Amino acid sequence: MDELEAIKVTFFQECEELLADLEGGLLAMQDGNDDGDTVNAVFRAVHSIKGGAGAFGLEPLVRFAHVFETLLDAVRSNEVPSTPDLVATLLRASDVLADHVSSARGLGVVDEAVSAAMAAELKACTDPNAAPAPVAAAPVVEAPAFEAVSAAPAEVLIGADDALDDDDLGFDFQPMTITIDEQAADVAAAVGNVWTVSIRPKSDLYRKANETALLLRELARLGPIEAALDASAIPPLDQLDAEAAYATWTVRLETEEDENAIREVFEFVDGDCDLEITRGEALSPDAALAALLAGPAPAAVEAAPEPVVVTEAPVEIKAAPEPVAAAPVVEAAPAPVAAPVAPAPVAAAPAAPAAAKTQQIDVPGPGQSVIRVDPERIDRLIDLVGELVINQAMLAQRVGEYGIAPSSNLAMGLDELEQLTREIQDSVMAIRAQPVKSVFQRMPRLVREVASMTGKQARLVMDGENTEVDKTVIERLSDPITHMLRNAIDHGLESPEERKAAGKNPEGVVKLAALHRSGRIVIEVSDDGKGINRERVHSIAIKKGLISPELQLTDEEIDNLIFLPGFSTADKISDVSGRGVGMDVVKRSVQALGGRISITSRPGQGSTFTLSLPLTLAVLDGMVVDVAGETLVVPLAAIVESLRPKPEEVRPLGPVGSVLAVRDSFVPLIDVGLTLGYREASPPPTEGVVLLVEGEDGSRAALVADAIHGQRQVVIKSLEQNYQQVDGVAAATILGDGRVALILDVDAVISLRRREPPRPVEPTLIAAE
Amino acid sequence: MSEEIITTGAERRELISFRVGEQEYCVDIMAVREIRGWSPATTLPQSPGYMRGVINLRGAVLPIMDLACRLGMPVIEPTVRSVFIVVKAGDRMIGMLVDAVSDILSITDDLVQPTPDLACDAVRSFIRGIISIDGRMISEISLDRLLPEREALAA
Amino acid sequence: MTRTVLTVDDSRTMRDMLRMALAGAGFNVVEAVDGEHGLEVLSAHRPDVIITDINMPKLDGFGFIEAVRVDDDYRAIPILVLTTESDPAKKDRARRAGATGWIVKPFNPEKLVDAIRRVAA
Repeated sequence: MDELEAIKVTFFQECEELLADLEGGLLAMQDGNDDGDTVNAVFRAVHSIKGGAGAFGLEPLVRFAHVFETLLDAVRSNEVPSTPDLVATLLRASDVLADHVSSARGLGVVDEAVSAAMAAELKACTDPNAAPAPVAAAPVVEAPAFEAVSAAPAEVLIGADDALDDDDLGFDFQPMTITIDEQAADVAAAVGNVWTVSIRPKSDLYRKANETALLLRELARLGPIEAALDASAIPPLDQLDAEAAYATWTVRLETEEDENAIREVFEFVDGDCDLEITRGEALSPDAALAALLAGPAPAAVEAAPEPVVVTEAPVEIKAAPEPVAAAPVVEAAPAPVAAPVAPAPVAAAPAAPAAAKTQQIDVPGPGQSVIRVDPERIDRLIDLVGELVINQAMLAQRVGEYGIAPSSNLAMGLDELEQLTREIQDSVMAIRAQPVKSVFQRMPRLVREVASMTGKQARLVMDGENTEVDKTVIERLSDPITHMLRNAIDHGLESPEERKAAGKNPEGVVKLAALHRSGRIVIEVSDDGKGINRERVHSIAIKKGLISPELQLTDEEIDNLIFLPGFSTADKISDVSGRGVGMDVVKRSVQALGGRISITSRPGQGSTFTLSLPLTLAVLDGMVVDVAGETLVVPLAAIVESLRPKPEEVRPLGPVGSVLAVRDSFVPLIDVGLTLGYREASPPPTEGVVLLVEGEDGSRAALVADAIHGQRQVVIKSLEQNYQQVDGVAAATILGDGRVALILDVDAVISLRRREPPRPVEPTLIAAE
Repeated sequence: MSEEIITTGAERRELISFRVGEQEYCVDIMAVREIRGWSPATTLPQSPGYMRGVINLRGAVLPIMDLACRLGMPVIEPTVRSVFIVVKAGDRMIGMLVDAVSDILSITDDLVQPTPDLACDAVRSFIRGIISIDGRMISEISLDRLLPEREALAA
Repeated sequence: MTRTVLTVDDSRTMRDMLRMALAGAGFNVVEAVDGEHGLEVLSAHRPDVIITDINMPKLDGFGFIEAVRVDDDYRAIPILVLTTESDPAKKDRARRAGATGWIVKPFNPEKLVDAIRRVAA
């Protein structure tokens, strides 16, 4: 990849972080935390985005960021007070800025009208007294890209209507130091392109690490120079201030360049030296030139108490390989010594340090201990550790087959190996663990947008953003969380009026929290809204034929009806929660990750969705079972309990089906071997083992297997990598004996069986407790 | 020009030939990753009959295809001489169960004849062409058609 | 002799940008992410030139320049400040703190190398 392109990628990554910082800071300000650090960080975020965008010539982004930054600068210097209204505006501006970033990235289009209106609003906030800015985007100087930056880049960044840049065109010389000698101009023709530059450095010039020798070197780049040093101002040694500057240089320069080019040499020392630039010979030709041409002055240099004009020899400045730091000597020398410049040829144009083409880049050690690693390497490492786990299990199994005593050295060594293997696996998985922050960060904007679309007032409170979980899980958390938050605002929260009527704060609170609980990550989304309207949910479920009207359900069961496929409580499909996507989809996607989702609700007080997921998708806790001679793994997350059915608990239902009586409810019995096509007929369920499982829709089933081998953590292997998805199978794994075992897709098995005609009467879905 | 002659005819390829039932087939040696002895495969449910299942190939799950069955012939009964030829087909690796590996052939493409019309459609789509060498008839397998397309994720 | 340039900027993009331009011109580049870090790196690498941003967390560009200028070991190192500021007061403040020169963002590699040449012996 082109290096510049690579940096652009970095830039957009950084933008994501900066936008998150920006939003985080603004939210902190919203919470009343408007100390200087927070405001500064907010300012810096926008400032850095603008800076990088400028480097890539991303003009619309630069333009908007500039307006935004200007306001933040005013807030930071307390010129504009940070009120809740202002922070709300800033938050909306941050959304527009995010849109600009996306657009610059080619991932969307900015609504120009929205952006222009926002910019106008920001300008109005910056200067409340100013007449409202026209909404139309200000005419802007075309942006040069990185490659083509003009001499006045500052101009590029700013709309032409911004008054504050008028005086910053890069160079600001004080007019008084410039003398235009009209006479000299008259004789310009006569004297050709000869200029006289008189430089009288002040001590500040050296304090800032500028050097007269370097200035002379720069002048020499414009043409041949002859420099003379007037040391008459240098005091006697005992009165000399080593830090002060006393000398005046007079330089005769012959150049084709104009006066601006000469002035540009002194850009950095403006104000730190008295500068006179005159056209033609400044010194009276006879006296000065004679002096200049007179050859080297007597070298006998004494600490001259009297003002002695020491004119140094005319110096032909030539390109020299080794530039010499001359000025420090001048500065410190007690005597009017100009020698350093003279004998040591100053490099006229060190063709940059191009000679040394080493592209060595040091990453500084102290304070930074981050290593960037290609994710593929980590994935490979995780694969290998997976192999190690399998190998270790195989070894243990083989040793076990030899009947070696658990107290033997070999068995104990193997135990230690197992321990170590587990630890290595945990450590390796930890490398890929990331805080959920990256997902949480996107949510405040979502909440703002959903709230404004639904006319609700919502405030997002987040907790546990630093909770870590495997990268593969993180990537798939975003959709369920987005959905649950939308649902919480759209269906959970009441309108501000309703809330007021109910004696609540018109602004509803939506909480998003992450925490670790017993080896899983738990995400909670709660609201303080009206809670689930159970009566309505119940009647909808009956109306849509999802449950039978006679069924008596507990409150919890009614709440969980919202996860049924085809259930949507929205009276009309709203912009937000609609589009035919309901909580059943959320539940499905969560279960696809080996997770579970549940809801608790209290009327008038709100609802809480709780989602629990494994910390990684690379390993899975499963129950190893035998089915028709095949070994299968059933995800533990789906198993409610395992039992050996008694004959009286198995009841036939219809021509072929049978159900299992579990306490007071009846659960369909599914012979896994038959459903997967491993066998033609089912053995009596009483001869096998039953795993009571819960499927995606909360429905339960009793899976019949031949035998259970126990629980095991298994490494998940993809079937799709070399083959394709197989119905009824979630993935594969490799067992201790080195053979492949399939991991059962419980939901698929349940629905496979349902599809098989002819089927007995469908038992109720929610019947089980 | 001489260059032209080289590009039209003389590009040599190496093929591995093997036996399926009484017939001989071959694949380009560049696609072959390894050849392994028979070991039992884990049955895949809901799969076509030519899929024998999956095996563990150094940590990866490798599907095994019964080539005879795929070509419409009777299922191979594995013997000690049965082998898997592990080949790269597109972005996937598969093991082809065959009766025995014969030898390595070095051919030029002009020896490859088009598959005759009388072959049934299924066979025609899996066969790149037919090579006649030393009186043998060897059909070259077209690997990219062998595995079915990945099905879109069923909702 | 390869000269070492220390770049101090909290923006990764800017650091990468500077590194690309400087390494391309044959400089050795060391980096720091803020003023505090800059002072640490300074003692470890003794750069020939320093390029620093102004707006940074922890220790900003002004503070960083002042800290460099009061240290007898480093006071002679030329410092260029990076600025997108349209506010001349910023630049003046940086100069008062002891900045040798400045580079206006966005810069192109030629301008950058040019500025270094002007201040580096």
